[in-house]
Amino acid sequence: MLKEISVLIQKELTLEWRQKFALNGILLYVVSAVFITYLSVGAKQGNISSPTWNALYWIIILFSAVNAVAKSFVQEHQGRQLYYYMIASPEAIILSKIIYNTGLTLLLALLGYGVFSVILGNPVHDQGLFLLNLILGAMGFSASLTMVSGIASKAGNNATLMAILSFPVIIPILLMAIRISKNAMDGLDWSVSADKLISLLAINAIVAAAAYILFPFLWRS
Amino acid sequence: MRQNWWKILTILLLLYTLTAGLLMDVPRLPILNETIRALYFHVTMWFGMILLLTISVYFSIKYLRSNDLKHDDMAIEFAGAAILYGVLGIVTGMLWAKFTWGDYWSGDPKQNAAAIGILMYFAYLILRNSLTDSQQRARIGAIYNIFAFAAFIPLIFVLPRLTDSLHPGNGGNPGFNAYDLDSKLRMVFYPAIIGWTLLGGWIATVRVRMRRMERTIEDRMINS
Repeated sequence: MLKEISVLIQKELTLEWRQKFALNGILLYVVSAVFITYLSVGAKQGNISSPTWNALYWIIILFSAVNAVAKSFVQEHQGRQLYYYMIASPEAIILSKIIYNTGLTLLLALLGYGVFSVILGNPVHDQGLFLLNLILGAMGFSASLTMVSGIASKAGNNATLMAILSFPVIIPILLMAIRISKNAMDGLDWSVSADKLISLLAINAIVAAAAYILFPFLWRS
Repeated sequence: MRQNWWKILTILLLLYTLTAGLLMDVPRLPILNETIRALYFHVTMWFGMILLLTISVYFSIKYLRSNDLKHDDMAIEFAGAAILYGVLGIVTGMLWAKFTWGDYWSGDPKQNAAAIGILMYFAYLILRNSLTDSQQRARIGAIYNIFAFAAFIPLIFVLPRLTDSLHPGNGGNPGFNAYDLDSKLRMVFYPAIIGWTLLGGWIATVRVRMRRMERTIEDRMINS
């Protein structure tokens, strides 16, 4: 099982590397989205209040993550999916995709964080907590978005469907992540955020478990 | 007759809820005053919705195990009844909030969570309608139904409890439990929950029968 997953993740990485335009496209998407936000709010450096910074940051990460993960079941055509269906177990496929998309979302989040810090200023006081929160948020985003993109791909895969299916499901994760990152920005003690971190982890676990159990049924159809 | 006892029970319970709920004496609480009667008509909607959704998820699981379309009929119609209750819950809640909090929408975490839950299930309906093949629709609908339920439960049970809510019983507001829920209110509240939930089940089963009849008629037209 573990070997299967690692092979599948390697496959995802090679595939991504061969189609660099997709990765580059999504990276550019983040940068342009941040820049549009910067111009729209008309903020000079440090002029923007930290709750607004936080909200804008997470909204951009949400939209880029939706776009990045949406392609995870599309980029391979039907014939190849049939091939995977024969050689790999559905559990290994969903886990490998979730892990891979976690990495991808985390990459986007870090890039977004970098660009945000450069042009909108960096109000974060507690870097450690902020990064931990990014990792947990990326895990939650990727678990729910991977599953939803699997569902949307079965339904003709239009972008509207992906958005309306994923947004409500992702809101609990997003809200927790925004609260923790607010705490990190204010530099509050870790004990304040501890229960929120645990709830975020618990929500991630619920979503990932649901995806793990349900994916085989989706894959079979 | 033997199968219909629960429908008679529904009518009796709802008649009791309406008369007792509107006429019986209620405790006088500051701010809430007479609007405390919303407990029988608003709060019960949420209880009914969650119970109906649980039934719907149960049938979705049964569908995935058996691939039998008759379970899917139950799942979609119970979800439909739950959505009806959810919308009614939001509307009654907004009316109530206008008179107690001063605004139809005050950004209360429970209000927001309820709205998101409704969005989730509207998305479920759209997803189902976007698929044409009935087996595929049933399977993918069932998968999303279970997945959405898994995300919906933390949304309504965990998150609102982490922040102060304007709802009675939260954030230092006078709650029902602290006062008289134990005696007078409970005498109507519990029957009301059962009554409304049964009514939802009744609506759902009638619609399931319609759905099955439509399918039989369609099949007959295709085969003839």
